[in-house]
Amino acid sequence: MALAPVPVGSRFDPPVIDPRDRGGPAQPLLIARELRKHFPVKGARGKSVQAVDGVSFTVRKGETLGIVGESGCGKSTLARLLLHLVVPDAGELVFDGEAVGTSGGIAVNALRRQVQIVFQDSYSSLNPRMPVRDSVAFGPFIQGRKKAEARDLARDILAKVGLNADLFGPRYPHELSGGQKQRVNIARALATGPRMVILDEPVSALDKSVEAQVLNLLRALKRQLNLTYVFISHDLNVVRYISDRVLVMYLGRIVELGPVDMIFDRPLHPYTRALLASRPSMDPAHRIEEPPISGDPPNPIDPPSGCRFRTRCPFAEPVCEHTAPPLAEWLGMNSHIAACHMQDPGSGHSRAGRT
Amino acid sequence: MDGSADPPLVEVSDLSVEFVSREATVHAVNGISFAARRGEVLCILGESGSGKSVTLRSLIRLLPRNARVDGSVRVNGRDVLAMGARELRDLRGGLVAMVFQEPMTALDPVYTIGQQIGETVRRHTGSDRGAARERALELLELVGIPSAVRRLDAYPHELSGGLRQRAIIAMALSCNPQLLLADEPTTALDATVQVQVLVLLRRLQRELGMGMIFVTHDLGVAAEIADTIAVMYAGRIVETGPVAQVLSHPLHPYTAGLLASTVHGQHKDRDIDAIPGSPPDMRRLPQGCSFAPRCTRRSAACRTTVPEPRFPAPGRMAACLNLPVGAE
Repeated sequence: MALAPVPVGSRFDPPVIDPRDRGGPAQPLLIARELRKHFPVKGARGKSVQAVDGVSFTVRKGETLGIVGESGCGKSTLARLLLHLVVPDAGELVFDGEAVGTSGGIAVNALRRQVQIVFQDSYSSLNPRMPVRDSVAFGPFIQGRKKAEARDLARDILAKVGLNADLFGPRYPHELSGGQKQRVNIARALATGPRMVILDEPVSALDKSVEAQVLNLLRALKRQLNLTYVFISHDLNVVRYISDRVLVMYLGRIVELGPVDMIFDRPLHPYTRALLASRPSMDPAHRIEEPPISGDPPNPIDPPSGCRFRTRCPFAEPVCEHTAPPLAEWLGMNSHIAACHMQDPGSGHSRAGRT
Repeated sequence: MDGSADPPLVEVSDLSVEFVSREATVHAVNGISFAARRGEVLCILGESGSGKSVTLRSLIRLLPRNARVDGSVRVNGRDVLAMGARELRDLRGGLVAMVFQEPMTALDPVYTIGQQIGETVRRHTGSDRGAARERALELLELVGIPSAVRRLDAYPHELSGGLRQRAIIAMALSCNPQLLLADEPTTALDATVQVQVLVLLRRLQRELGMGMIFVTHDLGVAAEIADTIAVMYAGRIVETGPVAQVLSHPLHPYTAGLLASTVHGQHKDRDIDAIPGSPPDMRRLPQGCSFAPRCTRRSAACRTTVPEPRFPAPGRMAACLNLPVGAE
């Protein structure tokens, strides 16, 4: 089957020259190499939760990278690693060509001016004792703006996210609805003028009618402000709608990575296929009769040896138990790769190279 | 259907629930009527604050002290609102059982799964410990828990989320209820586990011939499980009908808006048709139709009149003054 190449830049606006751009348009905005974070478990000596275990990927300037996976797959830890909110055990982050947190590279504080995050829980990520306009103004103020200046900025940004600053600015978080609070959180993230925003399940706690409003807002802001998004969600329909490329995680590792249409139309990894097949059809005439896979994701404290998906995989063979399948070589933004022995003709799996 | 001789399993008429506190009165449910039949799945669909969970809990009067309940609720012909404490205890877990959203908080962390299921069995059937344990084992196998014998002696924290929810379902089924109430039972579960629990609930409901009332905010889940669907908005039922018809030809503008704003395969270059605004404050409901401030079809009368239910087709109801042309 001939795959139409994804035209480079087709979905993006013409590149705007950003004075902070150091590496040029071809330089990825963010490169993560072999990121690892294990959380030690209290009371179980030597054991740890392998939240993120050797994750490498690239985020291009102006794109939206979607990250999907079930609970415990490490997607939220990954989001925090990208900002050094959780310090990685190992691995390297390169932001626009500069290594993060090393001498000669970019300092973590400077990174956070350019990368901001929006969390799922819109209430707990705002200070309950601060009017929301002050929460929005706080970032610019800390970064050296004058108080009045920061307030003016907050007004502008609140207007950008669709909130009347005179009406909503003086209110406290508990006086706003969920959708309004999430708009404030987006405003707070944008107040420092970031180039990249990490969105960790930003619409998962919202009602459907409000979710659609916030998704439309995020898309409009991305165009206006020339942003790059890392969008984390468990909702595959939302990820498909908003992302240019998608990264699928399972128990701390990447199982599949590729352009959004290829992931959804021709998934390579059995886990991705199961995840896609688990989506309700929205059509009572075509209900799911048999669950695509059984069981729950295993405990990340003691993940299965070899391929971590093998305990739930219908195609598991001895090779899957002994050897962890490596993620295939990544050849650029259009490449669609998976970590599965069946994709590797030399792996020894009986179905290798046949799918 | 020849259901005329057989009274419906659940008959709710003009139910209102208010929560009264010093500061304000929250009008959670505002005069709703519906019925559910044996062997049928009724799905109550609504967003947070729409009153769907309060409606469900009213059926077994599982409400806080400051709730003021009005109207009538009959389950299997018996008036639930008139029941005394003892009758209610017999009803809950006996004739009617409930499955909750959060499987961890619905289980007691200091008792094993076997003890918790056994306790319910003994309370309702008076059987001894041994028989109750037998029954618990049988139930764990019924809901598809692997190595059930071992899981009888497991504590809730030793089980995964999906197994915990299966254990809750087993407990709910322990006394052969005729009506199963399910309050977002799959919302806290992962996608691959959610579909397993949905398929299980559908199978059990069919095999055991129970009636089921299933509350959800998720149109996709409703499409998977419902026979009939009732859409709630601001404490009122705005539309009911067979699930396939409601999802393919919604009559009420809120249902239509909800369908359009749910992300499922929309074109990436276009915005999603979101419903503007947000749901009303349940302490100060607008006069007239509660959806009017957000509605694209509103007319002047919508602001002043609460729309009466209209029945444009057999089995369909919509409470809207401006139904689509051709619907009637």
